[in-house]
Amino acid sequence: MTLGSQTLQFLIAGLSVGAIYALIALGFGVIYNATQIVNFAQGEFVMLGALLTVTLHHSAHLPLPLACLLAVLGVVVVGVLVERLAIRPVRAAGVLAMIIVTIGVSIALRGIAMLIWGKEHVPLRPFSSVEVVRLGGAAVLTQSLWVIGITLAVMAALHLFYSRATLGKAMRAAAITREGAALVGISPGATVFWSFALAGGLGAVAGLLIAPIHMAAYGMGTMLGLKGFAAAILGGIGSSVGAIVGGLALGVLEAMGAGFAPAGLGGYKDAFAFIILLIVLFARPAGLFGGGGAGEE
Amino acid sequence: MSPRWRVVLWLAFGALVAALPPIIANDYYIGVAVFVGIGAIAAIGLNLLMGYAGQVSLGHAAFMAIGGFTSAILTTRTGVSPWIAMACALLLASAVATLVGIPTLKLRGHYLAMATLGVGMIVTIILTQWDDFTGGTSGLTDIPYLSLAGVPLDNDVKYFYLVWALVALALLLSSNLIRSRVGRALRALHTGEVAAATCGVDIARTKLRVFVLSAALAALAGSLYAHHVHFVNPHNPFDFSFSIQLVVMVVLGGLATLPGSVVGAATVILLGEYLRSLGDFDVLAFGVILALVLIFLPRGIVGGAASLLQARRAAGGAAQES
Repeated sequence: MTLGSQTLQFLIAGLSVGAIYALIALGFGVIYNATQIVNFAQGEFVMLGALLTVTLHHSAHLPLPLACLLAVLGVVVVGVLVERLAIRPVRAAGVLAMIIVTIGVSIALRGIAMLIWGKEHVPLRPFSSVEVVRLGGAAVLTQSLWVIGITLAVMAALHLFYSRATLGKAMRAAAITREGAALVGISPGATVFWSFALAGGLGAVAGLLIAPIHMAAYGMGTMLGLKGFAAAILGGIGSSVGAIVGGLALGVLEAMGAGFAPAGLGGYKDAFAFIILLIVLFARPAGLFGGGGAGEE
Repeated sequence: MSPRWRVVLWLAFGALVAALPPIIANDYYIGVAVFVGIGAIAAIGLNLLMGYAGQVSLGHAAFMAIGGFTSAILTTRTGVSPWIAMACALLLASAVATLVGIPTLKLRGHYLAMATLGVGMIVTIILTQWDDFTGGTSGLTDIPYLSLAGVPLDNDVKYFYLVWALVALALLLSSNLIRSRVGRALRALHTGEVAAATCGVDIARTKLRVFVLSAALAALAGSLYAHHVHFVNPHNPFDFSFSIQLVVMVVLGGLATLPGSVVGAATVILLGEYLRSLGDFDVLAFGVILALVLIFLPRGIVGGAASLLQARRAAGGAAQES
């Protein structure tokens, strides 16, 4: 394989993983904008989306699109329940208490998943029966193309939601100024509620897309959640464009880094995301697209 | 709290610690109590950072890892005295904390939390991958006993007394710190950073000092852990999930209450031991209990108890006045 086709192969693999990171980063951003908290259960939404799809498609034999749809709806319900049962009761106690509660929720969701699905890694069948196609000399997983395509569709839908739908515009307004939005009748409580629903849905889509590439398992959410978080910081947390660019950049850098790393250093692949996170924090703490949130003292 | 009460509490704490091993008289539980003490030392340091400097570290277990692995590598490879190895561990952790803290603590907001999260993950990955040096996933074994004045601390009861003496020392040091000039500066910047800065508090520097101290305490805990179990690996208790457990200890015990950290460490570790008997239900139960405690006691166990007492006293005072 030539260097060019190898690069293309790493690029497509990186873009597909990066698209997953972008979806997770968007989920972090939605909740951050509504509440100023980092939702540590975001990775668990991803895990639940993956495992629910596997069960609905493989065990209940539902057709794939229906299984995916139901899985997404299921995780949306989980997100809403998390907000109502765990986040709302501690809202008065402040941001840190809410963050710790999301840690508790993430541990509990992992525990529930372990009880339901066990500790085994289960694969989801790829969306296409043809698993690999040749593209300019590069071997490309068809699933990678599905991931990139569906992520683009989700992003277009999200853009329409934020620019056209009343609820989307209300959520954007509340992110800019909660008090101002409340004055014109946008309930902060409702914004938080819908942000958890949306974050649940975004997480679930990420999970069902990645499940055929990486196995689905109850513990898969931790690392994916942290990578998505790093992507969110890289792009500037709360910025949608930032989340997308941050996620894609992280995925591509990781794939190139692992692909071209000297022998023996490939095991450090997972460290890339966090080294980039540190560089961003030290050099440009507001992220690539963050709006001046980080004032120097 | 009046000085008299403080003395009473210290005496009660000392008596409890001294009496515990004969009362427990069970090797397994004394071992658990040692681990509670180790967790408490790290949690006390983290509480200084979270409760007083208002900053969160999501990678504090990495400083424990630096402590544990520095002790392990130096004592098994070079044969240097474990105490000198421990001093090196504390210095190394302080140096790393300084490097991470300088750029992030001059910013307003929770940038330290994100940076420490990154550092924690990187430390775990390095410890796992650099196996020639760190033993990789299987870790390092045969870490020697500590000895004090020529007496090897070669059973859990002796080690229990050493660890809990260090818990007391950490408590004493920390409570003196928060009543000192630095402590006043911390309280000032907690209520209003701009106002504190106007009064001449160097905010970034004050936060940095507390962060470095908390990292050094975590390294001490990690080093003590290495000499307790004579074995270290990159994961338990040195990875992200233990970093999170440390944060949980601090919040569960109560932010800005130092004894709360000891209570928090005991709660988390004993709960973990107890829940293990539930088999696969343990993870779920831990998460649910954590969320429930915070929903009903958002200021933590000790913080919540203290505010209950205060409310009762205030109610009693009001009743007397009328």
